[in-house]
Amino acid sequence: MAIAELTPPQIASRPEVALAAMQVVYKRPEALTEAYTHYCPGCSHGVIHRLIAEVIDELGIRERTIAVAPVGCAVLAYEYFTVDAAEAAHGRAPAMATGIKRVLPDRIVFTYQGDGDLASIGTNEIVHACARGELLTVIFVNNSLYGMTGGQMAPTTLPGQVTTSSPYGRDIRQQGWPLHITEMLAMMPGVAYAARRSTHAPAEIRKAKKAIELAFRAQIEGLGLGIVEILSSCPTNWGLSPMEALAFVRDKMVPVYPLGDFKVHQALAARA
Amino acid sequence: MAKTLWKGNEALAEAALRAGVKAFFGYPITPQTELLEYMARRMPELGRVFLQAESELAAINMLYGTACTGTPAMTSSSSPGISLMQEGLSYIAASEVPAVIVDIMRGGPGLGNIQPSQGDYFQVVKSAGHGDYHAIVLAPATVQEAVDLMYISFDLAFKYRHIVIILGDGTLGQMMEPVEMPPFKEVNGGEPPAWALTGAAGRPHRVITSLYLSAERLEALNLHLQEKLARIKENEVRYDTTMVEDAEYLIVAFGTVGRIAQSAVRQARTTGLKVGLFRPITLWPFPERELDALIERVQGVLVVEMNAGQMLEDVQRVVKDRVPVHFLGRMGGIIPLPDDILPALHTLCGLVRSRNGHRVRPVPA
Repeated sequence: MAIAELTPPQIASRPEVALAAMQVVYKRPEALTEAYTHYCPGCSHGVIHRLIAEVIDELGIRERTIAVAPVGCAVLAYEYFTVDAAEAAHGRAPAMATGIKRVLPDRIVFTYQGDGDLASIGTNEIVHACARGELLTVIFVNNSLYGMTGGQMAPTTLPGQVTTSSPYGRDIRQQGWPLHITEMLAMMPGVAYAARRSTHAPAEIRKAKKAIELAFRAQIEGLGLGIVEILSSCPTNWGLSPMEALAFVRDKMVPVYPLGDFKVHQALAARA
Repeated sequence: MAKTLWKGNEALAEAALRAGVKAFFGYPITPQTELLEYMARRMPELGRVFLQAESELAAINMLYGTACTGTPAMTSSSSPGISLMQEGLSYIAASEVPAVIVDIMRGGPGLGNIQPSQGDYFQVVKSAGHGDYHAIVLAPATVQEAVDLMYISFDLAFKYRHIVIILGDGTLGQMMEPVEMPPFKEVNGGEPPAWALTGAAGRPHRVITSLYLSAERLEALNLHLQEKLARIKENEVRYDTTMVEDAEYLIVAFGTVGRIAQSAVRQARTTGLKVGLFRPITLWPFPERELDALIERVQGVLVVEMNAGQMLEDVQRVVKDRVPVHFLGRMGGIIPLPDDILPALHTLCGLVRSRNGHRVRPVPA
């Protein structure tokens, strides 16, 4: 009897038939290694890694992609992607990626950077990569503080937010305002795509994947630099449970860092 | 091939092109800027990459990225710019990717001035970045030697997957001399090496990193680097000598000063003083054994530098207390001339006399 003619209880009663009837609807992307990540429970890095890997698979670019990892929590990102990868000095990923892309223009080069890396020590490198319109994709993960070193204040820290180096809360009179660097970069002609997304809910994660795809397409189609800032949770350094941390992203971070597209090159607009 | 007249900085650039450089990243700084300007014109002509970076920090990290692809690449700068590059140099050394850097030294510390100096010996020879390693440091004394050393620098960098620094000073960068240019060639047969990042097409993915969280693995990397440095030390020492065969006194000087000291040696010889010159060409590896062998035959050593005595420490390390070591250093962009060196030689002879008494031949006036 063909499988299609069996009723569900009949299939369930025969394991060999049940196995043959199963379809793979969710699997590890080819662009991800089988390594277990070192990320804390509830951290968004793992989700963001998966989104990038899915996009790389779907665009069919895995074998010609080169990643540049940052200094920060994602310093070991190169362990998790099955693409060639280099580990940059703190903040210098856009310069390193420039050096790779300029001599291998047919490869796809992306940087993966945190907010301390990109928005503090590496501002010069990201600004000038954008100014030159380098054909790079930048995945910028903003969790409002320095995670790897134990939760110090970053330029992205929210007003009043308590961190280990702003123990009385970030005082804007002393420590300035949160840096909206993606909006700043969007103003530059060399940037073809600039957007902010979040990971606090499944619908937001799906939107983030679409934005990552467009940031890669900006490079593939030679339009300019593509950057996606992704708001990310840090339960460990925020002292919150994973669920509370997602609520913090939604209720505290999103009002300061509004989600949306800041720049969409007209050649990408139809797909946005 | 006929000789043509070249300015030092431009000769270095043209020699790099002929040596097979495929990408140049740099930032303007006097007195090396002509090298960058020359590359800006010539690299596009040859279909190669030229990029003016936003800073020396960016330039060295662009070079780091290109080096990871196994592409011959270089940068050039001068002392304050080299200070900024120290971060990238350390990562490059740990990652074992090949890179060539030209340092045309200027007066320091701080902003100093734009005149010649040898004040970068410590930062380039002793510690080009944090951690345990030395770069290969080549110190040319003439524009022709600068060309010849530049021509082999990429081969050395690729052979050892290491940093090669050409250390000159503002004089070398700015002066013009007749030069014979070598023919064009390719590094590593023009192919990316087996470790290069090129995209994981039909092979496992590759990673180039300087991060080793495990203490055992980081120590293993360091031991490997030390083993590599020992091989370089064994194979790559270069030096030059002038009239050392019968010398009773020895001048040790490098780069431009080595060349000036050569004139001083010839002048001293006309007065009957048996003096010779030992000129290290590789500052690292320092020609220890070769200098050591000469020390057995001389009665005193004069070290001349355009700094407060940096290579002096290496010379003292080799000489130990066997003979007196006297030092002449000029700073601030002042070049020691033979007229400065000859009195210093006489002072050295006085030191030797007071130490050895009658056993020393008197110094002619």
